[in-house]
Amino acid sequence: MPRTTIELRIRRQDGPSTAPRWEEFSIPWRAGMNVISCLMEIRKRPVTKQGTRTSPVMWEASCLEEVCGACTMLVNGRPRQSCAALVDQLPAGVITLEPLAKFLVVRDLIVDRLPMFEALKQVRAWIPIDGTYDLGPGPRIAETERELSYAFSRCMTCGCCMEACPQYHGRSEFLGPAPIAQVRLFNAHPTGAMNAHERLEAIMGRGGLVDCGNAQNCVEVCPKEIPLTEAFGELGRQTTVLWLKNLLRR
Amino acid sequence: MAQPRIAVVGGGLAGLMATIRIAEAGVPVDLFSIVPVKRSHSVCAQGGINGAVNVKGEDDSPEIHFYDTVKGGDFLAHQPPARAMCYAAPGIIYLLDRMGVMFNRTAEGFLDFRRFGGTLYNRTAFAGATTGQQMLYALDEQVRRHEAAGLVTKYEQWEYLGMVRDGSGRCVGLVALDQRRMTPKAFRADAVMLATGGPGLLFGRTTNSAINSGSAAASAYLEGAWYANGEFIQIHPTAIPGEDKLRLMSESARSEGGRVWVPRKRGDTRRPQDIPEAERAYFLEEKYPRYGNLVPRDVASREIHRVCVEEGLGVDGKMMVYLDLTHIPRAELDRKLGGIIEIYEKFTGEDPHTAPMKIFPAVHYSMGGLWVDYERTADGFLDLASPKNHMTNIPGLYAVGECEYQYHGANRLGANSLLSCIYAGQVGGPAAVAWARNQKSAAADVAAPVFEEAEKRWTARFAELSKREGDQNAYVLAEELGQWMLEHVTIVRHDDRLRATDAKILELAGRWKRAAVLDENPWANGPLSFLNQFEKMLALARVVTLGALRREESRGSHYKPAAPERDDARWLKTTIATFSPDGPSFRDDPVDTSLVTPVERKYD
Repeated sequence: MPRTTIELRIRRQDGPSTAPRWEEFSIPWRAGMNVISCLMEIRKRPVTKQGTRTSPVMWEASCLEEVCGACTMLVNGRPRQSCAALVDQLPAGVITLEPLAKFLVVRDLIVDRLPMFEALKQVRAWIPIDGTYDLGPGPRIAETERELSYAFSRCMTCGCCMEACPQYHGRSEFLGPAPIAQVRLFNAHPTGAMNAHERLEAIMGRGGLVDCGNAQNCVEVCPKEIPLTEAFGELGRQTTVLWLKNLLRR
Repeated sequence: MAQPRIAVVGGGLAGLMATIRIAEAGVPVDLFSIVPVKRSHSVCAQGGINGAVNVKGEDDSPEIHFYDTVKGGDFLAHQPPARAMCYAAPGIIYLLDRMGVMFNRTAEGFLDFRRFGGTLYNRTAFAGATTGQQMLYALDEQVRRHEAAGLVTKYEQWEYLGMVRDGSGRCVGLVALDQRRMTPKAFRADAVMLATGGPGLLFGRTTNSAINSGSAAASAYLEGAWYANGEFIQIHPTAIPGEDKLRLMSESARSEGGRVWVPRKRGDTRRPQDIPEAERAYFLEEKYPRYGNLVPRDVASREIHRVCVEEGLGVDGKMMVYLDLTHIPRAELDRKLGGIIEIYEKFTGEDPHTAPMKIFPAVHYSMGGLWVDYERTADGFLDLASPKNHMTNIPGLYAVGECEYQYHGANRLGANSLLSCIYAGQVGGPAAVAWARNQKSAAADVAAPVFEEAEKRWTARFAELSKREGDQNAYVLAEELGQWMLEHVTIVRHDDRLRATDAKILELAGRWKRAAVLDENPWANGPLSFLNQFEKMLALARVVTLGALRREESRGSHYKPAAPERDDARWLKTTIATFSPDGPSFRDDPVDTSLVTPVERKYD
């Protein structure tokens, strides 16, 4: 039965320390709508299903084509980009929108994902180039290697994998799947490999790779199908080799 | 003098490149961005970045790249900056490669290149079909490195409101809005660099991101910065419709062999797969045998308009044509165009491997933007030691990236935008450093009341806006603005409709005064922020519309059926708009065409 209206149930929160509440909205259906266009509709007429005036729902958005990661939220309980959540592909019935649960709520559907960016600092997720002056071409790389690395370089820091990971939560020290997988990317690069040990050491201690419980939820929810668990396997080998080397050196 | 500090506003490719260059010079940077920088609009750039590295045995060169660029822009770009950019391009691609951008490779492991619009050479380096995203991430990583080292301080989710100027008129800082606390705050800076992107939202739904309101550049214009060539808006020929935005299908689809066609028979209802070859009109290949599907975007969009509107051959009777990739091997498509194939599949539910894509033109890019200066050398390049490069007419205020006008003239070639962003950042960053170091007094020494005054002004404005009640909704007004701009100020422009659009903008400005704030929450109040932005968008919309009205010729993206020819004698000029309370006042400035003589622009 095709929809004529779209029914939404949205978890709202005025600020980080205020109690959440639910609001319901009913908006006219149009072909081709996604969750973002529903939210846009609401802000043009911020009235609940019950007819009460309310404020427009706040959410984060930028590219609207699933390459920036901004609009990630729980759509019917599943972490995903709301831009790519097409209404006609969602099951009939009410659409539920909630903020990601593993991050602090800023307001409504906006959460603070700063910890992910901080984790990228911790694992030194960059190529330490000498400078931006002209030093000629970079290293040659086989296309097959490039393809493998490209899969990891598409990580949008959206937080879906963090949300799904049972080991990552407010009380854990675990860096989480996304930042750890970036170590795989930079260690595979010919220049990045020169200081691979620094990144490995960053994921060898507490909160690092050993905290992964191998639930494999991360790889299930990644919108870019990044082979996260393969990265953890590979990094497990790399850290073991480094651990042995360090042991022998002692 | 105290150690200078520089503020960069905007964390896309141009802003991040400028940030890196400034930090490399040892100067601390305050980096402001309306979104976490990794989520900037540069992620949407798909197809690649141009540079005449010449790896395909074609005898390509930066000089040919330069010629293609100025011809592509219908000779409206100042030539020395365009030339300097094209000569720097191979080095820029190498630099990005060294930073770890996962560019596609040849069988031998060299960088691979493909052909883009408006050229006959394979000079576009690419990382699948997500090149902008990949480049942005590489720069984001380098900035994070400088951030970890303490040279860069990020203010993410802070919005630029306006500049702070001292008694002499020099820009000595900015006022920015913390989008959570909603409090304007003044910051000192020895130079302020705007890298705030394009104004897509003026046209409602476009290929731009939700953040591209153009309001930062508009704010600079309202405070006295000149806005140049605003009437030149690029319409990309190939996008897919959406209720929230129009999603780009990269020009690279045609680089890899994609063919554009419509059924020869009006109202043909057969599935495209069932229409035999002989009954398809490959209208670009037919009219432009030399460049084929890779004519520049302004040309392709006009052709689609002609075929669909004038000849009535559009698919389903709409302004829609087929972009056909079905003849290309699946593995090849996924390796080189995976990013857009994925977008098309996700958002339309159809598989471009087996059925032609249905595409149509969409507003994509602004060639116009804040006017910026440059210092040319005698041999037609840029003097890279000069603080003039990329400075607006406001001393100490710089602009880089899509928010300025400098490199693309009347039409930008595909894959030149990533290049111009990086190049502008590379040049603008050191220019701002040179400026900051040359000043006799530092922003740190400017008397405090200058900043307190500016902060107070913006605080008062937001206090007023936050109490705003009325029967209007700014989001509805924005939708109306978008509909009008899209209808009348895009591919085909008629004077009477441009005048009517300007009247509409004035009407919207009147209704804006009655727009309610919608939200009383003092925390993370998006509607309040938008209420402020929208007034600035309206001012910019007038610059675009009236600029189009007064330019009585057709050039690049600007096409008037009533004046279909280019008129160099009268209009080989940069349009400069200056704000006045009665609306924009315009003047025409000469274009530096000292290196290449303008000729008729032909692609057949």
